[in-house]
Amino acid sequence: MTTKNIALKIKRQDAPDTKPYWQEFEVPHRKNLNIISCLQDIQRGPATTKGVTVNPVVWECNCLEEVCGACTMVINGRVRQACTALVDKLEHPISLEPMTKFPIVRDLHVDRSRMFKNLKKVKAWINIDGTHDIGEGPILPEDERAKRYVLSECMTCGCCLDACPQFTSDNNFLGAATFGQVRLFNAHPTGKHNQEERLEAVMGEGGIADCGNAQVCVEVCPKNIPLTESIADIGGQATLQIIKNLLFK
Amino acid sequence: MEKRRKNFVVIGGGLAGLACTMKLCEAKAQVTLVSYQAVKRSHSVCAQGGINAAINSKGEGDSPDIHFYDTVKGGDFLANQPLVRDMCFQAPAIIHLMDRLGVAFNRSPEGHLEFRRFGGTLYSRTAFAGATTGQQLLYALDEQVRRYEHDGQVTKLEWHEYLEAVIDHDGVCRGAVLNDLRTGDIFTVGGDAVVLATGGPAQVYGRSTGSTVCTGAAATSAYLQGAKYGNAEFIQIHPTAIPGHDKLRLMSESARGEGGRIWVPKTPGDARPPREIPEAERYFFLEENYPLFGNLVPRDVASREIYDIVFNKKMGVAGESMVYLDLTHQSREFLDNRLGGIIDIYEKFTGDDPREVPMKIFPAVHYSMGGLWTDYQDDGNGLIDHQSPRNQMTSITGLFAAGEADYQYHGGNRLGANSLLSCIYTGLMMGPGLIQYAKNQNKVFENVESQVFEKAVNKWKDRFSKIKSMQGRENPYDLHQELGETMMEHVLIVRENAKLEKALTLIDDIETRFADVRCLDTTHWANPTPSFINQLNAMIHLSRIITLGALQRNEFRGAHYKPDFDLKQPSDFDPHEYVDYMEQKNYDEVPEDTFPDGHMAYMKRFESNNEEWLKTTIAHFDEGKPHISYEPVDTSIVPPRPRKYD
Repeated sequence: MTTKNIALKIKRQDAPDTKPYWQEFEVPHRKNLNIISCLQDIQRGPATTKGVTVNPVVWECNCLEEVCGACTMVINGRVRQACTALVDKLEHPISLEPMTKFPIVRDLHVDRSRMFKNLKKVKAWINIDGTHDIGEGPILPEDERAKRYVLSECMTCGCCLDACPQFTSDNNFLGAATFGQVRLFNAHPTGKHNQEERLEAVMGEGGIADCGNAQVCVEVCPKNIPLTESIADIGGQATLQIIKNLLFK
Repeated sequence: MEKRRKNFVVIGGGLAGLACTMKLCEAKAQVTLVSYQAVKRSHSVCAQGGINAAINSKGEGDSPDIHFYDTVKGGDFLANQPLVRDMCFQAPAIIHLMDRLGVAFNRSPEGHLEFRRFGGTLYSRTAFAGATTGQQLLYALDEQVRRYEHDGQVTKLEWHEYLEAVIDHDGVCRGAVLNDLRTGDIFTVGGDAVVLATGGPAQVYGRSTGSTVCTGAAATSAYLQGAKYGNAEFIQIHPTAIPGHDKLRLMSESARGEGGRIWVPKTPGDARPPREIPEAERYFFLEENYPLFGNLVPRDVASREIYDIVFNKKMGVAGESMVYLDLTHQSREFLDNRLGGIIDIYEKFTGDDPREVPMKIFPAVHYSMGGLWTDYQDDGNGLIDHQSPRNQMTSITGLFAAGEADYQYHGGNRLGANSLLSCIYTGLMMGPGLIQYAKNQNKVFENVESQVFEKAVNKWKDRFSKIKSMQGRENPYDLHQELGETMMEHVLIVRENAKLEKALTLIDDIETRFADVRCLDTTHWANPTPSFINQLNAMIHLSRIITLGALQRNEFRGAHYKPDFDLKQPSDFDPHEYVDYMEQKNYDEVPEDTFPDGHMAYMKRFESNNEEWLKTTIAHFDEGKPHISYEPVDTSIVPPRPRKYD
C-alpha cells in the first residue's frame, strides 16, 4: 500500500526577539487527518523534508474539539483552530503561521493575555452578593437565554481580532470579542446593574467608536457568534449612555 | 500592624480550582492560582451534557436522597456515603449559584431551569446549557475569579506547571515547586495550604476524551511524594465517542438523554446505509436488554454491551468497531437548541450531519473515579462538617485535592453529569475547612526555614537539567503512544489477570526504555519537551498502579469488569430480595427456601464478595515501589445491594 504524504510549510520563530523562518515537513496521509495530528507526527520524528533534524514545532492546544480556543493559528492564510482543520479540505502544501496580532512566544504559540486583560477592563462578570445559598436565580424566557448562550460560546480564541484591520499589536482597540462580552453581561438581568461601568469602558480609548466596520470578525468566528450585531448593539447602548451623561451628569 | 492575610496556592484552573479560589477569596484570603495554560482553556470546557441536582421541578418526586441513592448505586457502593450524600444535598444550591453567576442554562416554558434525563437515573435531574455545559460553567467561575484578580486578591500564574509540594521537616506542605513553561525558571511559591485541582489522567491511555493536559502528572507527583492514591484501577470508559487519530471525541450522554437510540443492523455486515435499514431490522440492544433504563443505563453497563456486540457478537457497523447513535427521529430545531454543541463537533470532524444520518460511535477512556486519597469529617448525621480542615486533605498535611484529582464521590463508576457537580462541590465545600486549617497552624510558611524551599528548588533544577541531558534513542512522544496502546489493549473494559500481568511487564519495559529517552529539544525558552518527559515519567508510575490495582482486585465491580469473577446474577433476581435477606439475617431467621432457585446461592456469593472486596484500594509509594493495601468504605447510610438496571 502506498501512502500519500502531506506537505506542510511552517513559519517558525525561536523566541519573541528573533527572526522568523520557514521549514517544510512531510507527514503520512490518513483519513480524517487534522492539523493537530500532523504536528503530533512531527513531534514523533522532528525532521524537515530535506532530512534535517530540528526541534519539534511548538504550538498551543488542549481540548482538540474546538471548545477551548487554544490551538488557534493561521492555516493557509486563514485564522482558525488547528483541531478542526481537516487536511483533506485544505489546499496543499499547507502553510501554518502563528496568529499575526499577538506577541510571538515561540513558533505557532502566541501570547493572547491582552484579550483576558480586556475582559477585566470591561468588567465581564456578574456582581453577586456571595456564594451562599440565597435561592434561585432570575426567571428568564428561553428565547432570551438562547440569545445570551450564543454570545457566551466565545472561547476568547482571538480569530476575530487577528482578522480585524483595526486591531493591531500597538494600539488599544478592545475588539469584537470584548464587545460581544459586554453585550452578554449587559443582557443579563443582574449584569444590567453594572452596564454603565461596562459602557464607560467601551466609550474610552480603543473603544467601540474605533470599529472600522470591516465586518471580517464575523466571517472568521468559528462559533458563528453574531459579532457585528453585538458591535451595533453596544454602539447603540453607548450612544444612549452618552446622551444620558449629557443630560444627567 | 495589618493582620496577616491567609494565603493559598491553588493548582489548576478548572471547575474545582476556580470554585475553590472563589470561595477562598470570599473569605478574604489571597490566592495564587497556577495553571498549565490560560485558565479559560481548562479541560472542564469539554464537559457537555449537564450537571445534576435533584430540584424536582417536573413533579417526578425526585429528591437529594434519591440522587444520593442513584449515585452510590451507580458507583457499585464503593463511595464513602456521607460525602456523596452531602454533595447531593448541596447540589440544588450549587445550580442556583451557577445560575446567578449568569450561566445560560436552558429554561422551561415558565423561565425556570430546564432539566433533562441522564444515565443511571429515572428522573429528569440534569440542568444544562445547550451541549456545552462544562464550558459555560467554567466561564462563569473564570469570570468571578477574574473579578477577584482585578481586585488584587488573586495572582494568576498561567503557563506554569506544578512539579511537587514543598514539604518541611515536620512533613507539612508549605508551598509548591513550579516550572515557568515560558522562561523555564523553576521556583517555589509558599502558601498556608496547597490545593491540587489538577484533573484526571486520561493521557495515560494515549487517546481518550481527555485534553492534552490531562496527564495526571500533578496528582502522580503527590503520590510519588508519599500521598496515598485511591482506587486507581477504576477508569471510566464512556460508551459514545467519535474515533480519531489524535483524540476520541466525546458524544455526550445527553444525546441519549434527549432520545438518542443505540443500535446495530440485525444482520452482521449489513452494508445498506443506516436510514435504508427498516426499524424491524435494527437491533436496539440496550433497549431490549434493559427495558427499564434502556439507552440510559450507566456508562459501565453501556460500554460493556457495546464491547460485547462488537467483539463477541461481531455485529459492529460494517464489521468495524462502531455502533450507531441515532438522533435522526428528533426535529432539527429541538436538536439545535438542546444538543447544538455536540452536533457541530460531530459534523466538523466527520463531515456527516447527525440530524440526517446516525452517528457512528465507540467507547473511549473518559474519567478516573480514582485519584488522590482525601479525608473528610462527617457531622454524625450523614452529612459533612463543612468547617473541618480534614475535608479534601490528602495524606500529606497541608496538601489538599479536589475535583477529578481526588478519589471520592463516584465509587466504582461515575454517573453522567455528576462530575461537574463533584468538581464545583469540592471546590466550594473545602473553602471553610481550608480557612480553619490556616487558622489552626502553629507556624506559617513565611517562618519555615528557607533551606526547605531551596532544597526543593534545587532538586527540580537538577532533575530538569538531567532530563535535558538525556540523549538516548527513544522518542518520548512515541514512548507515550506505546504506553497508551499498552493500557488500551490490556487494562480497558474487559480485564483478565493474564493480560494485566503482561501489561505490568510491558510497563516495566517502557520504564527501562524511558531511561534511554532523547530530549528532542534542549533550548531554554518555551520548550515543552523536558516538561513532557517529566510527565511521561509520572504517567508510567500511574499506569503501574492502575494495572496493579486491577490485577489484585479479583472481582467485578462498576467499571472494573473481570469476567472470571462475575457473580452471575440470576436474570430474574430482584435487588430487594437482598435487602430482605440482610434484614432477616439481622433477626437471625432466614427462610432460605422462600427465595427463588439459585437466588440464595447468588446472594451468599454477593455477600462474601463484598466482605472481601467492598474496600478502597490504596496505592502507596515507598522505597521506589508501589504498595497496595485496602481501606473500609463508609456504607452506613444505604446498605450495599446488587445493581440491576433492567
